[in-house]
Formats: sequence, C-alpha cells, structure tokens
Amino acid sequence: MSDEKRAPVSAAERQMWTTWVRERAVRALPPEKLLPDRQPAYVSSWIYVFGVATIAALIVIVVSGMVLGLKGPTWWHISSLGRFFNSIHLWAVELFFFAMVVHLWGKFFMAAWRGGRARTWVTGAITFLVAIGAAFTGYLSQQNFDSQWIASEGKDGLNSVGIGAFFNVANFGQMYTFHVILLPVVVVALVVWHVLLVRRHGVVPPYPARVKAATASRPAAEEGSAP
Amino acid sequence: MIVPVVPTVLAALFDLSDPPRYLHWHFFQMSVANVIVIALMIAVFAAAVLIPFPKRERTP
Repeated sequence: MSDEKRAPVSAAERQMWTTWVRERAVRALPPEKLLPDRQPAYVSSWIYVFGVATIAALIVIVVSGMVLGLKGPTWWHISSLGRFFNSIHLWAVELFFFAMVVHLWGKFFMAAWRGGRARTWVTGAITFLVAIGAAFTGYLSQQNFDSQWIASEGKDGLNSVGIGAFFNVANFGQMYTFHVILLPVVVVALVVWHVLLVRRHGVVPPYPARVKAATASRPAAEEGSAP
Repeated sequence: MIVPVVPTVLAALFDLSDPPRYLHWHFFQMSVANVIVIALMIAVFAAAVLIPFPKRERTP
C-alpha cells in the first residue's frame, strides 16, 4: 500500500512499534515486490527451478514428519502405512538435498552474491549447513540399529572436532528434540528469510544479461542490482 | 505362497544384504551409491543449463 492512499501517520502513531515495523516492512517489500506477477526474461530457464523444488520437498518433509511425530516410532517401524510415511519422509529429504545442491551449484556459477545479494547467498549457505544437522539428527531418531551405529560413529566424529561435550548423540530424547523442533524451526525461518531477500533484491541476472543491461541503459553504479 | 512382485524385483536389483561397495583410488574412497547420486546431480545440472525452458504462449 502506498503512502498516498493512507491517512498521514500522527506523531503518537509514529511512536508505536507496530507503525515502525509496518512502515519498514512495506518500504522494504511493497506488495508488488513481495508477490510479483512477472519475472525477468532470463528466469525462463530450468536452472531457476531448483530453488522452488527444494521448498516443495521441504513442505513434504515437514508434513510427513508431523505425521510420523504424531504416530511415534512403533507405528513407523511396524505398520505398512507407517513405513510408507517413513519412506515418504526419507525420499523427500533425498530430493531436498538433491535439489538444494543443484540450486547451490547454479547460484555459485552465477555468482549470485552480486548486486547486494550477499545476505541472500549467506542465508542459503547457512540453511544448507543447518539442514545437514537436521538430517543427521533424523538418522539418529530412527530408533533402530542403524541409528545406534550412526550415534556411536557420530559421537567419535563430534569428539574429534571438540564439540562432543555439547551434544549427546546417543541420547534419543535430545536428538529427537533437535530433529522435530529446534532445527526444523531454524531451517524454515532461514528459508523464509532467504525467499524474502530474493523478493527484495530480485533474482540475480546471468553474466551476459548483466553486461548488456549495463551497457544499454543502466548507470555503472546500478550494475547487478534488482531487475 | 504369494511373493510381492515389486519388492522382489527391487531386492534383486539392489541387494541391501551385502556390505556396500566402495570405489577406492589413492585418497579417494566413496560408496558406489554416493558416486551414482553425485553423477546424477551433475547430469541434472548440465541438463538444466542446456535444455531450453518451454515458452508460455502469451494471451493478448
């Protein structure tokens, strides 16, 4: 909503934190930027599909994980429906990392941090690292011999890098809490932040398009900024 | 005795009872499964770069 359409904000209203947050949020992400109906021509490429494929896989992971969490370990080990949901959860994670790595490669070779997009790149990279922790704690939460083996190997690994005192990977309760609450909340929050940054700064243009745009109409200072 | 077809065929193709196979060359050691997944990711990445994206017909 533009400022022309709203009544002017009074001095008392300006002191309210809600006004401060709203004005900053709308200034940073006006509705047409938050939910755009068109993208630059260079986005018409398969390489731009893998970010949204990662998010689609994440949604399946969260929903199937909620079902698994509600029903519990006996259900996902014994019943056929439980094993089906267990497999859905596992293969959604496989697709999540597959799409995320291809997305990462694509953005790396585009140097997607150009044009003031460093925070977009960094939030994506941190999401990748946190997701590895989420997947690791998921393997530890299986409640079978595989999880016990991974816990004993993981304990050695964490001890070898000096952080074994902070995490007890053999403690199911602790790892399960990390897996179903703490790390998913961090991953989803980072993904939301990442997408909002993409909306704010725009999709990074490929190198040739950037050069053409710069020579055609843009001043040099705006090179690589939002399309 | 009824044998489920799909699991039997899959089990014949991917025998999970044996220890995993590894590729080992000097310092490089990786399970065949991981090598296949990485090769698939590289193939999909190359395809995503090379295959043209379908154009949507614009309505006037």
